[in-house]
Amino acid sequence: MNQEKRESLFSKKYLKLLKKPLNLNNPISVQVLGICSALAVTVQMKPAIVMALSVTVVTGFSCLIISSIRNTIAPNIRIIVQLMVVAALVIIVDQILKAFVYDVSKKLSVYVGLIITNCIILGRVEAFAMGNKPWASFIDGIGNGFGYGLVLIIVSFFRELLGSGKILGHQVIPKALYNAGYINNGLMILPPMALIIIGVIIWIQRSKNPELIDKG
Amino acid sequence: MFSNKYILLYAAATVVLVAFALTLVAVQLKPYQEKNIRIEKIQNILASVNITSSKKDAEELYKKYITKTIVINSEGKEIDSIDAFKIDLAVELKKPIEKRLLPIFICTQDNGEKNYSVPLRGKGLWGPIWGYISFKNDFNTISGAIFDHKSETPGLGAEINTQKFQKQFFQKNIFDNKGNFVSVKALKNMSIKDSHTVDAISGGTITSNGLNQMLFDCLKMYEKYFKQKAK
Repeated sequence: MNQEKRESLFSKKYLKLLKKPLNLNNPISVQVLGICSALAVTVQMKPAIVMALSVTVVTGFSCLIISSIRNTIAPNIRIIVQLMVVAALVIIVDQILKAFVYDVSKKLSVYVGLIITNCIILGRVEAFAMGNKPWASFIDGIGNGFGYGLVLIIVSFFRELLGSGKILGHQVIPKALYNAGYINNGLMILPPMALIIIGVIIWIQRSKNPELIDKG
Repeated sequence: MFSNKYILLYAAATVVLVAFALTLVAVQLKPYQEKNIRIEKIQNILASVNITSSKKDAEELYKKYITKTIVINSEGKEIDSIDAFKIDLAVELKKPIEKRLLPIFICTQDNGEKNYSVPLRGKGLWGPIWGYISFKNDFNTISGAIFDHKSETPGLGAEINTQKFQKQFFQKNIFDNKGNFVSVKALKNMSIKDSHTVDAISGGTITSNGLNQMLFDCLKMYEKYFKQKAK
């Protein structure tokens, strides 16, 4: 059995790692991690997309880096090393946002810094990257980032559409409708509505995937 | 197993490595970040004198319209040799009043009319609010105002940065008929309609009060200068 073939970079196993967090193991709707930032940055789509990308980049690369050095990390300082890598990546992302998409970085304000404390990242690093090869860990990180981002984008889509009548800053609800008495839903732009939308997403997701329903 | 020596060296090496990487990134990106902050400030000043600018043409428009900047102290004396643009009001407000440096940005409009724009900074409900307000050359009538905030409640206090609210300040006066400083206030239900009040935002009472306080405190510092100039 020594002819261990090198798996192709996008073999079924890797694709599964990428896909699973999108639905069956979604960090927000199934693992219920990272809710805090999901409430805060989903008022509009643009910041939500930027946030989703930032988290994906940070999770992907912190998993990659940690996984590549996993055999050199002493177990008693592993959390410190993990956090240092994550924090460094987050600061880099924050600096890049400030330099190139200043207006979005202002809207995201403290939540970029708070990516460090996003449980998704430390969760994946500790649970997956510490025990798997770099490429698999990277894919797993990216997958979880996407899973998080997907929920963020769905939530922000509804919140921006119903809360301000816009999508990505463009007015989509016609003026005629406003003249006919339609009013933007002010509740949509407040955090509680994000929680309710996430609740609805979890509801729909579980009704389609009965295996997710807790037995008991 | 790992020895203590290994662990200590490992930790030290990672820290140095990470510190080096972060320093490199910060130094490389600093010029871009500073440019963004500068452009934002320029856009705010221009907006307060009713000139709309985009990120691209902001610098150009600033050079064209802001023909002069001056710095004064609270006694109304002009102070030379300080760049008004570099003054950060948040820093100045922490100093005792007699040491504060107060910038004024003078805009010459296309028709030759002069507008005088001054910065504002105060407290809202959740965090700082700030803005710029500009006056006609009687140093009394408001020609434009712009406000912004860090974290006011969306849909309520956060409405201070909308055109609808800011437009109300146009043509209001900060001195009464006798020449006393009264500032401009955002009031509930507009029981008094005069040239010193605008309609406050419903549901944003604390933000409106903060805004009133900001206008009063900041403009008060300019009172002496404005009075001298208006004569």
